[in-house]
Amino acid sequence: MTGFLAVLRRDLLLARRHGSGGALVLAFFVIAAALFPLGVGPEPGVLARIAGGVVWICGLLAVLLSLDRLFQADHEDGSLEQLALAGPSLWVIVLAKVAAHWLSIGLPLVLLAPLLGLLLQLPLEALPVLTLSMLLGTPSLCLIGGIGAALTVGIRRGGVLLSLLVLPLYVPPLIFGVAAVEAVVTGLGARPHLLLLAAQALAALALAPWATAAALRLALE
Amino acid sequence: MHRFANPARFARLSARALPWAWAVAGLALGSGLVGGLLLAPADYQQGDSVRIMFVHVPSAWMAMFVYAFMAAASAVGLIWRHALADIAAKAAAPLGAGFTFAALATGSLWGQPMWGTWWVWDARLTSVLVLFFLYLGYIALWQAIEDPGKAARAAAILALVGVVNLPIIKFSVDWWNTLHQPASVLRLAGPTIHSSMLWPLLLMAVGFKAYFVAVLLLRMHAELNWRRIRALRLTAGESTDSSHGFATLPAERASL
Amino acid sequence: MPEGLREFLAMGGYWPYVWPSFAIALGIMLWLLLASLGEARRSQRLLAELRALRSEPGEGGDAT
Repeated sequence: MTGFLAVLRRDLLLARRHGSGGALVLAFFVIAAALFPLGVGPEPGVLARIAGGVVWICGLLAVLLSLDRLFQADHEDGSLEQLALAGPSLWVIVLAKVAAHWLSIGLPLVLLAPLLGLLLQLPLEALPVLTLSMLLGTPSLCLIGGIGAALTVGIRRGGVLLSLLVLPLYVPPLIFGVAAVEAVVTGLGARPHLLLLAAQALAALALAPWATAAALRLALE
Repeated sequence: MHRFANPARFARLSARALPWAWAVAGLALGSGLVGGLLLAPADYQQGDSVRIMFVHVPSAWMAMFVYAFMAAASAVGLIWRHALADIAAKAAAPLGAGFTFAALATGSLWGQPMWGTWWVWDARLTSVLVLFFLYLGYIALWQAIEDPGKAARAAAILALVGVVNLPIIKFSVDWWNTLHQPASVLRLAGPTIHSSMLWPLLLMAVGFKAYFVAVLLLRMHAELNWRRIRALRLTAGESTDSSHGFATLPAERASL
Repeated sequence: MPEGLREFLAMGGYWPYVWPSFAIALGIMLWLLLASLGEARRSQRLLAELRALRSEPGEGGDAT
């Protein structure tokens, strides 16, 4: 536990010190979402219809973009190896690093989501559900993405490969997340979708760090 | 060198199994094609377009079977550090991707006359499309990592992550599809299949599977050769202090 | 062209869908088969050349 907290604190500190990376990812999130009205037209009906999906997809891509920072820098300067040698088991390190990543990238995305929903004419009553669905979904995105980041950590130009590996696995959170928003818009309950999102986040929490640690062990050899 | 003792036995076994696999594949595919194209009657609703089933359905079955095979081989390779299992998983991937693509393309060609559109975001089509992407990622990961041992383990982790996720993806796509039922889709009544159509279908399925076994063995053989070549090169590299210690060989030039 | 053959090729009017389907599925299988055969041959030849070059007798792992 102390090891977990130590790594978490270290990563959060690093993220704050080199804050620009996280801010860039957030800027990407906003700009990408702002492109949609330009692409499909500003008609409010159309925008409201697609807003949930747009916010979700842009958030998903933003997480994807940020993933290569997750282990790469620590791997290059050798601190990952040192952590693995000196500190707690790799599984815990992974969990701490993903948690820090979620706090510095995922959580700001969640907080920005209602703002983007508003810009995209999403009905007001759907905004809380959009935020909640992002809150439940982004941990899955970070955890699953961590596997891809660990698998591609030693690879030159691994970014495109990373997205090829991770995007198919992002299908379920995307579907349930958008379905929750749409359920509210069409007057149905969002509860089942949100519960499924939460279940998925828990499953990812149980399984993904294990796979990520196994993949990182390869890179550390 | 106990790792090479096993491949020797594999080579013997595969040499014995290959002719049988070829024979079964040839016979089953040949008779299945005759049965499917000539003997089976046209469907009273779908007409002769129903014959697409004889390549579409076996392809789709193989698409899923090969991924399961790959994941099982990956698990064996990861847990017992069995080099042959790694090689089997690697050799299976392009075949699985090929079957998956064939299933998608023939499904699209079947969909056009039946549904009036080339592509429907139907639950089954969509999850097979995602399966195709999973195959591509797996193959790309193998290609991206130079060291075969490391590549094998990374790819094995990915295959296992994929196989855990596949049911979730399937479930989520089904869920999504019930929310967005495509309006114009004519549902095909599946299960009532006449025996005159069933036996060519089963023959084709057997043929596809035997083909898979045969080509898999062939690919594993080739991969084992490449690994031996690599090992020879590495020892040569150590003695001449350079990994490019000798001239390109004619066969190698041909492969470049 | 005999009437029977023409009828067979027409596939009840579905020929533009039936034949490409068979061509794609079987074509992919043939292509993968040929590619794998080529790979096996090439690797076999290269291995033989390498061994000959280093005048190393084929080790036990060789298929016979």
